[in-house]
Amino acid sequence: MAAVTSLHAAVDHAARFETRSATREPTWIKWTIVGVSLTFFTLFLLMPLIAVFVEAFRKGWDTYLAALIEPDALSAIKLTLIAAAIAVPLNLSFGLAAAWAITKFEFPGKQVLITLIDLPFSVSPVVAGLIYVLVFGAQGWFGSSLADNDIKIIFAVPGIVLATVFVTFPFVARELIPLMQAQGKEEEEAAVVLGANGWQTFWHVTLPNIKWGLLYGVILCNARAMGEFGAVSVVSGHIRGLTNTMPLHVEILYNEYQFAAAFAVASLLALLALVTLCIKTWIEHQAAKTKEES
Amino acid sequence: MLPGFNLTLGYTLFYLSVIVLIPLSAVFIKTTELGLAEFWAVVTAPRVVATYKLTFGASLLAAAINALFGLMLAWSLVRYSFPGKKLVDALIDLPFALPTAVAGIALTALYAKNGWLGQWIEGEFGIKVAFGPLGVLVALIFIGLPFVVRTVQPILEDLDTELEEAAASLGARRWQTFRYVTLPILLPALLTGFALAFARAVGEYGSVIFIAGNIPMVSEITPLIIITKLEQYDYAGATAIAVVMLVLSFILLLTINGLQAWTNKVTGRDR
Repeated sequence: MAAVTSLHAAVDHAARFETRSATREPTWIKWTIVGVSLTFFTLFLLMPLIAVFVEAFRKGWDTYLAALIEPDALSAIKLTLIAAAIAVPLNLSFGLAAAWAITKFEFPGKQVLITLIDLPFSVSPVVAGLIYVLVFGAQGWFGSSLADNDIKIIFAVPGIVLATVFVTFPFVARELIPLMQAQGKEEEEAAVVLGANGWQTFWHVTLPNIKWGLLYGVILCNARAMGEFGAVSVVSGHIRGLTNTMPLHVEILYNEYQFAAAFAVASLLALLALVTLCIKTWIEHQAAKTKEES
Repeated sequence: MLPGFNLTLGYTLFYLSVIVLIPLSAVFIKTTELGLAEFWAVVTAPRVVATYKLTFGASLLAAAINALFGLMLAWSLVRYSFPGKKLVDALIDLPFALPTAVAGIALTALYAKNGWLGQWIEGEFGIKVAFGPLGVLVALIFIGLPFVVRTVQPILEDLDTELEEAAASLGARRWQTFRYVTLPILLPALLTGFALAFARAVGEYGSVIFIAGNIPMVSEITPLIIITKLEQYDYAGATAIAVVMLVLSFILLLTINGLQAWTNKVTGRDR
């Protein structure tokens, strides 16, 4: 289901279509289509992005900075970084293991396994949060035994990490599976025949082939991990300074009508989104270059 | 034979079970605490049914709008050159990268009565966008757009010019070529994009709750009802509605897999 986010090399095709009369539309049609689609793009994507920064600076630099260095904001930033720092490596190692098993070996039930890996993408974030409440919450399966041992998962940091892991679960695996499927396993088999062990084969043969796809999956996984709202909202309990991530902090400020502060914190997240898109575009160009060379 | 099969498959199955399968099964097990009659009463309560209507209606409409404009955007990006194209192409993925809460407050600021677009729309047409059902639609259009563009775009890029040249040499007009040659090849991908946008929209929470106004029976979405029930410690009720949403998600997931297989068949990508 995440196939839409998969890496494809950045190549401009317009010249191919615009130089042939059979694949070219009259100028007025071209500019009508471009005009309508760009208007739509501006109204629904570009203007919201600009609005975040305009609203953030509406009350000036001082208010902006004050909103970011306030203790609750700092602890929200810290918690967001912690959640991503745990969730991304976990899903990265899972993605590598799953892709290796699925693409290098034949076994029954493989297609079912691929579909199951996709599941978290089609589950509503709110339901993703709810399932952990049902397992680890006070009324949940392990609720009383956790309480006896004084372990808190729901309304605490572990719950936030779990919810983040769930919503970003398929990112790396979904990126690597089609990529490694397309590359086959001849190169790895040759390395093993020549005496390389499993780890050497992976490190020197597989990894160089999948590095762009891997990086692509990781940055998208990271963006979602830092930005997740619904799932984290259910398990967080919204305890200021303790269980608030950046998106939850934005919500609290907004609901308290501290709009400038809410947009200031939101602008950091928007900046993160822009950096993600820049790296993503850069990777697409690197992938195009690699494709051209080979 | 390559090494690592037992290790990697074992780890994959363990991790999948612990993070996804076992917690998801909790929803179905928990909901058996309610009797069938009780379950039915919860999931068909008038306020809950009103949320289904809004969630599905707005999701379908948003996916349809995205299918139309997303196709035009993908077409422009692949077939035409125009200034700023690279920037537009990169920003299409913004909804994937921008946290939904940020999108929610930004769209609200734009489409509220005193916002840049809201004051114009309300002044010119007397239509209220934010804090009503239309606000839900706006948020769902935002989050769904890249799904359509990014499924259609690669298919458009892979199209051979020969097909259209053959059609033209046989006397087809440009529109006929599009209608009878290009569109049938694009259709499976377009439907896949539509279904992906729809599936995402049905479960969406973060961007919607800020702009919707969340008025019961009017602009309340299904995921919000789950949250409301949780806040009232009505776990069984929340779980019952979650079951309805999960079953729908499974159906959509299978539909999308089918559509993707169809896309691959039509475009020859499975060979």
